[in-house]
Amino acid sequence: MAIQVKVLERPIRQTSYVRAMLKGMAITFKHLTNPHKVTWQYPEQKWDLSPRWRGTHRMLTDENGKAKCVACGLCPQICPANCIKLVPGEDEEGNRYPLVYEIDEFRCIFCGYCQEVCPEEAIHVGRHYENSEYSRAGFVYDLERLTAQTHPVCEMWDPADPRGE
Amino acid sequence: MNMCAALMLFQHAYDPQAPVHGAPWLWFSIIKILVVFTVLMVTIAYLTLAERKISAWIQDRHGPNRVGPRGLAQPLADGLKNIMKEETYPSAAYSPLFILAPVMSFIPALITFAVIPFAAPLPTRWGLVDMSIADLPVGFLYILAIASLGVYGIVLAGWSSNNKYALLGGLRSSAQMVSYEVSMGLAVVSVLLLSGNVSLSSIVSSQVKTGWYFFPLLIGFFLFLVAAFAETNRLPFDLPEAESELIAGYHTEYSSMKFSMFFIAEYSNMTTASALLTTLFFGGWAVPFWTTVNTAPWHWWKTVITLVCFMLKTGFFLFLYMWIRWTLPRFRYDQLMSVGWKVMLPIALAYLVVMAGAVLALDAAGIAPTARLGGFLPTYWTLLGVLNIVLAVLVFVVLDRGRLVSPASARVGPVELAELRAMSTRRPAPVQGD
Ligand code: SF4
Ligand code: SF4
Repeated sequence: MAIQVKVLERPIRQTSYVRAMLKGMAITFKHLTNPHKVTWQYPEQKWDLSPRWRGTHRMLTDENGKAKCVACGLCPQICPANCIKLVPGEDEEGNRYPLVYEIDEFRCIFCGYCQEVCPEEAIHVGRHYENSEYSRAGFVYDLERLTAQTHPVCEMWDPADPRGE
Repeated sequence: MNMCAALMLFQHAYDPQAPVHGAPWLWFSIIKILVVFTVLMVTIAYLTLAERKISAWIQDRHGPNRVGPRGLAQPLADGLKNIMKEETYPSAAYSPLFILAPVMSFIPALITFAVIPFAAPLPTRWGLVDMSIADLPVGFLYILAIASLGVYGIVLAGWSSNNKYALLGGLRSSAQMVSYEVSMGLAVVSVLLLSGNVSLSSIVSSQVKTGWYFFPLLIGFFLFLVAAFAETNRLPFDLPEAESELIAGYHTEYSSMKFSMFFIAEYSNMTTASALLTTLFFGGWAVPFWTTVNTAPWHWWKTVITLVCFMLKTGFFLFLYMWIRWTLPRFRYDQLMSVGWKVMLPIALAYLVVMAGAVLALDAAGIAPTARLGGFLPTYWTLLGVLNIVLAVLVFVVLDRGRLVSPASARVGPVELAELRAMSTRRPAPVQGD
């Protein structure tokens, strides 16, 4: 079978190297002198996070400064990454509270299910992302650290207002 | 009497407008070597920054701006990083040549700069000091000779790495350099026709007298420009290190300072090529339209002004190098070869013949190179320039119609089609499937 090469007939002005080169150089020069740059100067200049941004967790507290969590066990149940560790406890009055509550931020996939499922609106994913650490152990946030977070929390997607208006 | 003679000798020896000689010559040479070497290395360091900045700006980015004010200390950080990196020695590499290769590309790249006059001569108490490290009478021939040594570094690096990509890079580099050196040499012969001398300082001084050569040798200038790009392995001719095909080409296996040396060699080659373009076609250190500065008697401020002028011109060509690098994509290997041998070489040869004829005709017509048309435009310069523009238009039209670079899918004419058919009938039919 003969080799079939499909060649498009094109006008010379489209196939000329010299003219294309000059045109390209004009374009690059225009960009060179254009003061508009697209780079974000990250540590100084930060992106505005969406209100629905799901980042570092935060545990909300009641008026007494105690974590709102009632150790119902729903969030460790729903967590697809299995990164929430909960040991429930109960005080004299029969109120349940978490003895141990730890989230491994390193394993978390920030799906936000924990926030959605929480009946007490205790655990939240937050609008925050700068949570790097030097060791893996540093990523395991205990209850104290989760309640100490101050960043705004995520507004979850609301089916009544799908576009967040 | 003796004293008097000695005094006269002394005075004669140290005439500020006569070339310096004897022991002061030696001292000045050593100082010049040190200064030029240092300035060149610093320039190269900052060229890497300039390259990154220009590439960033062209791509609407900021470029390095964290180390020092506006990123100006970036070359220091890069240098430090390269020194701290681990030197790797691939076990399959042939060590002696593997170590020698960076040196082989580094040294020729630096010593080519030795003959380039970078400013007007400086008068001192001991005599007139040439502002080039060594004003060799064979100036340009020296550059051609040394520049072709540079390819050994690359070929040896490619071969001794014992790596197929490096070897391919080295092979390509040698083929490319050999092909383009021919047209480069031929393009320069036209300069020599006008200047009548190969020494770079006399090429500059004859340009001061008769006008810069880029106009009367327009095509020669473009040929030289393209060949210079190819010789320095810069885009669009960077096939030896084509990242997309060859990883990093000949320096794939190199790390740390040895890699840096190839880098320095590339940038100093670029600097030398830009300085050569300036010297051969743009009047070297001569300041345009200011004859007082460009001619004797010399004075230190003339040296300073011409030095600045030389730097500006060289800087422009360095910028052009980067501008083109960030504009044009790389040639395909067959395009590279066909541009070199089928376009550049015939044009360079024909151009040489035409220019030699034109110069001969002008000489026969009794027009002196310094004669001026209407007291302002140099006759010689103008006539040759007009001839060149006509030729350039012709060359442009022909190349443009014939497509200077063949497109990715070349047209298969009826003759080729018949040949291909005949070939396919002679070949055993390809086995279908596996
Ligand atoms: S965001 Fe998702 S993955 Fe992360 S802790 Fe909550 S449920 Fe688990
Ligand atoms: S779902 Fe809410 S209340 Fe239940 S264990 Fe998790 S954080 Fe506590």
